[in-house]
Amino acid sequence: MNLEAIKSEVEANVPGCRLEMVANPSPSDQHSLRSDAEHAVAVAIVLRDAANLRFDFCSNVTGIDWPSREVSEKVKVKKLVDGVEQEADEIRKTVVPGCLEVVYHLFSVEKKHGPLVLRMRTQDRDAGVHLPSLTPVWRSAELQEREVFDLFGVVFDGHPDLRRLLMWPGFVDHPMRRDYVDPDDYEYEPTAHDEVPRRAQQHRGDAGGKQLSEAEGG
Amino acid sequence: MSTAIVPTAHFDLEPMSEPGKEQLLELAMGPQHPSTHGVFRMNVVLYGEQVVRLKPVFGYLHRNHEKIAESETYLGSMPYTDRLDYMCSITNNWAYALAVEKLAGIEVPERAEYLRVITGELTRLQNHACLIGFLMQDMGSSGTPLMYAFREREKILDLFESLTGARMMCNYMRFGGCRADLPAGWLDQARKVVADFPRFLDEYEQLLVSNEILMDRTQEVGVLSRELAVSAGISGPMARASGVDYDIRKVDHYSIYDRFTFRVPLGSHGDVYDRFMVRLLEMRESVSILEQAMRDIPAGPIVDPRMKVRGFRPKPGEAYGRIESPKGELGFYLVSDGSPNPYRYRVRPPSLINLTVLEDLCVGRNVGDIVAILGSIDIVLGEVDR
Amino acid sequence: MVGEGILKGMAETARNFFGSYVSKDRLTTVQYPEQRDAQIEAARSFPFLVYDGADWHDGMRCVACQICEKECPPKCIFIEKSKDKKPDANGKPQFYPATFNIDISVCMSCQICVEVCPFDAIMMDVDTDLSTDDRFGGLLLDKQRLSKSNEYYNAIHPTEAAAVDARLAVERARQEAKAKAAAEAKAAADAKLTAATPAQPASGEPR
Repeated sequence: MNLEAIKSEVEANVPGCRLEMVANPSPSDQHSLRSDAEHAVAVAIVLRDAANLRFDFCSNVTGIDWPSREVSEKVKVKKLVDGVEQEADEIRKTVVPGCLEVVYHLFSVEKKHGPLVLRMRTQDRDAGVHLPSLTPVWRSAELQEREVFDLFGVVFDGHPDLRRLLMWPGFVDHPMRRDYVDPDDYEYEPTAHDEVPRRAQQHRGDAGGKQLSEAEGG
Repeated sequence: MSTAIVPTAHFDLEPMSEPGKEQLLELAMGPQHPSTHGVFRMNVVLYGEQVVRLKPVFGYLHRNHEKIAESETYLGSMPYTDRLDYMCSITNNWAYALAVEKLAGIEVPERAEYLRVITGELTRLQNHACLIGFLMQDMGSSGTPLMYAFREREKILDLFESLTGARMMCNYMRFGGCRADLPAGWLDQARKVVADFPRFLDEYEQLLVSNEILMDRTQEVGVLSRELAVSAGISGPMARASGVDYDIRKVDHYSIYDRFTFRVPLGSHGDVYDRFMVRLLEMRESVSILEQAMRDIPAGPIVDPRMKVRGFRPKPGEAYGRIESPKGELGFYLVSDGSPNPYRYRVRPPSLINLTVLEDLCVGRNVGDIVAILGSIDIVLGEVDR
Repeated sequence: MVGEGILKGMAETARNFFGSYVSKDRLTTVQYPEQRDAQIEAARSFPFLVYDGADWHDGMRCVACQICEKECPPKCIFIEKSKDKKPDANGKPQFYPATFNIDISVCMSCQICVEVCPFDAIMMDVDTDLSTDDRFGGLLLDKQRLSKSNEYYNAIHPTEAAAVDARLAVERARQEAKAKAAAEAKAAADAKLTAATPAQPASGEPR
């Protein structure tokens, strides 16, 4: 199953789509195709229905959080030092904007090949988190996209029933994001993990709270 | 061009009525329920006894396994994988070990592969026995078939305890092989258990297969069509009962399954009875695989000698590794950034995805059929909610 | 005939019921706690610290390297290293744990601490009669409650303990041989020095 061939076939059938191949440096040899959000549904339909591809089994839908990070690199610039133009090193910091990524693993029950890894990225992690839902193409994405919505915050447009899956309906925030802070307003039991009761102690201000014994890490 | 079948419109929790069906009853089955196989809730809207709408509610056993794995080392997540599908801890370990071995390019020695197949197929035997027992129990046979199945399962759990140290939370696989080698006398004991198993299956078939009550309650109930099964990502015995010829042991050629001759039972109706029979037949095939594996197991190391237990840092990259667990396709998707902890760790839970079609199977049937259908899907909440 | 399947099933149940009077295979109930199944050797319940010899503190193998604390997945081990050293079973001065707590309400008996310990100091117990009425303190086992003798370890896991003892004996023999060789070399060097000193080297003569 040649990824280049699949990419050219899909590009031939879906005019205007922007597919790029994402190489996977690990020995697993599972390279992916990244699609843009606009044409994703059309790409998915071609992947599912093309006679030699027939990826009719969407096995896994995953979300990945890539927070924004600062990259500093040394660049050589020409600077004026004492009137003489010299090459000097300057540290330039750039902020790589973060995004959320959704990864689909596709297999073919008919042709028994796979996996084909299809990816999509959102624009950013705040307001631009909309992606098209692939549930109309593969029904198995229904519950898994709900989970990605619940735990990461990606809003899937076109999903028939986008509600939280694992967290309760009144829950705020998206737990699997890398910057998620767990609340400490729950009841705790003193354990050997002294970080938990210590943080809760601070939170309460410990007015009349239980003093941790030595064994409990207090 | 085929279109996927999508579920009905958004379910709101307000009581509602439809013209002609004014007396709708909204019922919550679970989370405390003897037949929901764990803490599982279904909001069911009934017209009399007939199901009009069914929406499952998940999350009662959510233990954020995936987030914990991001702060644990790769090896430290192995005992947590035991607790995903807690009935089949060894196959969970195997899927995770397979994914990490794909990620880091680790090879597994021969003897370790045979050990994995032997313990994996024993796990399949005890899981299917347990499931069929519980299916009967849920349909009201008050424990007799359940206890017969558990009698056999106890023998297999004793085998696990003498090999791995624990009956259920085995923590047996390591990256590049297995943790412990067979103690003296284990193989003879295992051969005896496997030799006795077909007699138990014969007795079970005599007890149940032509039982009129079972046939009335399960035939033509919860029929899952082949197209819906493939589209909804259904895998494992549930898909094979609907005629989908897909067994990952045969398709992916993982481990050493190519060396064993075994058949893959397929159903034609896709009803509860077919799922039950497919599992019975799969147990017979597992017995055959076990006999072949225990006959051919070679001597040798049980773990890749280059693997160290501590300080494992795979190179950056990602991998998706999957196996045919007793419930379906269990996969692990790992993204590594070169550090000792995974960047993203995802479990592809067969129980959750097999539940996608629960509403489609139950609508139009009676409340009693919900229990039979849910039992035949074979869910374990540890895997559904992780 | 209607009901034939049910009758066949009842025949099967009858066979099991009457068979349980004659065959041990069909009556598998064990009247716990009066009867117990044979203890399986490889079973694991919670960790314990092994000590050699008679005194639990002096003979403790643990040197507070804290590897088990780092590798424990649910982080149930809490260790504080001592400031001083004490001689271990081989006589070499080693650190020891001033505090070693395991919270067995958190421990999930995964046995990873046993696998990574380089000193064979922590092993898995088989005792499951651990109920207590103190939910927090009673399930937080300290150094003393965790320490059990090597004889106990040999009693519960004979094959494993025999292998560990053999390995430690080999290691001890190697250490002793090394110490003996070092002592002999030192004695030889001392002898050479005492033999060399009375004869004064002539001035300027190269040695």
